[in-house]
Amino acid sequence: MTKNILFSFLAGLVFGLGLILAGMSNPAKVINFLDISALWKPIWVATAINGEKSGTPVLWDPSLAFVMLGAISISAIAFAIAKKRALSLLGLPIQIPTSRMIDKRLVLGSLTFGVGWGLSGICPGPAIVLLGIGSIKGLVFVLAMLAGMSIYEWLEAYRLSKRP
Amino acid sequence: MIDLQNFTPWASLLGGMLIGLATLILILLNGRIAGISGILGGLIKVRPHDIGWRLSFTLGLIASPLVWRFFAMLPPVKINADFPLLVISGLLVGIGTRFGSGCTSGHGICGLSRLSPRSIVATLSFMLAGFITVYLTRHILGL
Repeated sequence: MTKNILFSFLAGLVFGLGLILAGMSNPAKVINFLDISALWKPIWVATAINGEKSGTPVLWDPSLAFVMLGAISISAIAFAIAKKRALSLLGLPIQIPTSRMIDKRLVLGSLTFGVGWGLSGICPGPAIVLLGIGSIKGLVFVLAMLAGMSIYEWLEAYRLSKRP
Repeated sequence: MIDLQNFTPWASLLGGMLIGLATLILILLNGRIAGISGILGGLIKVRPHDIGWRLSFTLGLIASPLVWRFFAMLPPVKINADFPLLVISGLLVGIGTRFGSGCTSGHGICGLSRLSPRSIVATLSFMLAGFITVYLTRHILGL
């Protein structure tokens, strides 16, 4: 049990260090990745659009694709091993989702998440790292996100109570 | 045009590999998926004997910038969204990730790594929504 807690702390720590090194803890960099239209915009247009606002041209930063590449290259090995085992190295059950159902909840939920992500450039992992950085804006985002998760729980409880 | 000045392929690749290592530790030792929204969701609707690892993972994430600061200067953080926009954004991320059963980590990294059809659909959905939202807010509305 104690080992369990210790290793999940280590995993969180390494995850966070990875996010910081990768540049994911900077929401402005994430937005510059999501701004894919800048890719096919000639540089003079990119500079003009941005105009007086921030003084730097709007260009596309592909860095985050490399984060995915790096993460998946290691994670794929981990899951290939995990799939063949029932128990973890600590003797705990390996819990991998088995559902294959593609439904409205999955698609609409993910679309909603994407809109929220695009508005600020913050997703759940980096949001928690921003807490440790001491960002007030990060704290406001996390509180709103937790409120959103609570709203989900209420909606779920309501839906289940209506079910015959 | 590609932003060559801010493009960090090596740091991002290496950072990504650290994230992959973290998912490896969590699945092979704890037997759990490193999906941040799911881990946080389990802190809101608490089930007995299921809170310790979630709490310690979250604390590890919070501790990471403090540990980083020990060895090097933290990279700059820039959040352009103002407070009302942050609240809307946070609410949408909270509700959306729970309904969609995952976020960039659970679907985008863990799910894609094991070629889960659900995660492929989810990742395409939130990436598309993210691209469109940034296009609209930055280039049409000029936020």
